[in-house]
Amino acid sequence: MKYLILIHQKRGARDEFASFTPTMQAEGLAAYQKLNADLVASGEYVAGEALDADTTATVVRGGQGSYVHSDGPFAETKEMLAGFYLVDVASRERAVEIAEQIPEVQAGAAAIEVRPVMTYDWPEQ
Amino acid sequence: MTDAGVVEGVLRAVAPRALGALVRRRGDFEDAEDAMQEALLAAAREWPLPGTPDDPTAWLVRVADRRLIDGWRASSARRRREEALAYDPDPGPAPARDDSLELLFLCCHPSLTLPSQIALTLRAVGGLTTDQIAHSLLVPSATIGQRISRAKTALRSATFELPEAAALPERLAAVSAVVYLIFTEGHTASSGASLDRVDLADEAVHLGRLLLRLARTTPALQATQGEVAGLLALMLLTHSRRAARTRPDGGLVPLDEQDRDLWDRALIDEGVALVTGALTSSPLGPYQLQAAIAAVHAEAATADATDWSEILGLYDLLVAMAPSPMTRLNRVVALAMVDGPAAGLLALDTAATEKALVDHHRTHAVRAHFLEGVGDPVGARAEYELAARLTHSIPERRHLLERAARLA
Repeated sequence: MKYLILIHQKRGARDEFASFTPTMQAEGLAAYQKLNADLVASGEYVAGEALDADTTATVVRGGQGSYVHSDGPFAETKEMLAGFYLVDVASRERAVEIAEQIPEVQAGAAAIEVRPVMTYDWPEQ
Repeated sequence: MTDAGVVEGVLRAVAPRALGALVRRRGDFEDAEDAMQEALLAAAREWPLPGTPDDPTAWLVRVADRRLIDGWRASSARRRREEALAYDPDPGPAPARDDSLELLFLCCHPSLTLPSQIALTLRAVGGLTTDQIAHSLLVPSATIGQRISRAKTALRSATFELPEAAALPERLAAVSAVVYLIFTEGHTASSGASLDRVDLADEAVHLGRLLLRLARTTPALQATQGEVAGLLALMLLTHSRRAARTRPDGGLVPLDEQDRDLWDRALIDEGVALVTGALTSSPLGPYQLQAAIAAVHAEAATADATDWSEILGLYDLLVAMAPSPMTRLNRVVALAMVDGPAAGLLALDTAATEKALVDHHRTHAVRAHFLEGVGDPVGARAEYELAARLTHSIPERRHLLERAARLA
């Protein structure tokens, strides 16, 4: 079962991270590297990326054959989508367990959203 | 069939036996499995031209053995082993012994996680490549490669022998569970099926046949062969409805609306014969009961002709023998077909108090169906819509929303 783990980072968390000492920054990055390595090693990792700030986003709106492009952010919210993992795991419980290991949620700097991926399966009676 | 198709068929049939022979000979599952993968790829490349060798198993063992030894010789850390190998004779013809069962037990070893058991079984026993498995399970090749290599590392200390007799039924149950999971994975399809996507349902049937042959020829497994036959029958009977299960646009067709002319009669005949034989000669078990239920459906000429009281009786046995939330829910469905939707609603209220069923989309879909039956279209519609929100299956959501719209 695949789950998308979305990392909704508090606004300002990146600036705060930039103000850390190099040692603290290295620790934070090492925690991510460990999580990545663990997920790859367990065969649960499907994909994952960090996203640039939503101020760099382009929003596309459509309808009636024409499209309007505008600069982001898409919406003013207290949090920003900062990155994601796509994992293939045995259960929702396992996906939530992975979400709890994300360094930013442990530091209280992000809320993690765990969403099941929809499938094209045909359930049997 | 094309030459490549013939070769693939031969390869898949002999792969577990060839790998079993190599592991038996060299004692290193991890390296033997890699070498056999290379030998299988070489065979797929080379055989179509001169034709399949007279003894394909011996060919594979010989080529894989050479690769294994070349690999060991290239690795300086294994110099000592190389000395030991210098006196080893050529493997010669394939051994009479068939180690496929040992191989299956190893791949479904209790120390492995279920996803690892599935990946390793498909590769080592099924003879599929990592890419084929990855495409079929819709995950990247690197993910499957990692699952397989992690599984092989975990198996380093495991022995390549049949478990002791007392542990056999439990280990066989684990193998059966893996085969059945591979089968149900086969129902998962990507939006655009890729050309090299192996049909996992066919793959599971292939493994089921292998397992039944082994259960029948291994004295220690005589007592369990009824359940193995039940598993194969269940897969064949479910598989027989495949062409009727979806509309050309990908929509879902429920059992009672399926065009029964599209059901595969050959698969039904084989499945019914297997389960009938098992029920009359072996101790009863959950796979046989589920296959028997599928057989009652298969033998009904129309949906209305279905013998629901027999199905209800089988579900009563199944709930007693292998209770699970979904089994209880299915029993309620059968009960409503016998005693009517009002009785179904009452039974559902009693059955669906457990957590696993309260928020399950099927519980709400079933309640919607019952409400429709007792003439409460407003309540039914709300339940269909709730069920549609709760399912993760796109075709099923579409189907549930169509049902809801019909009541508008």
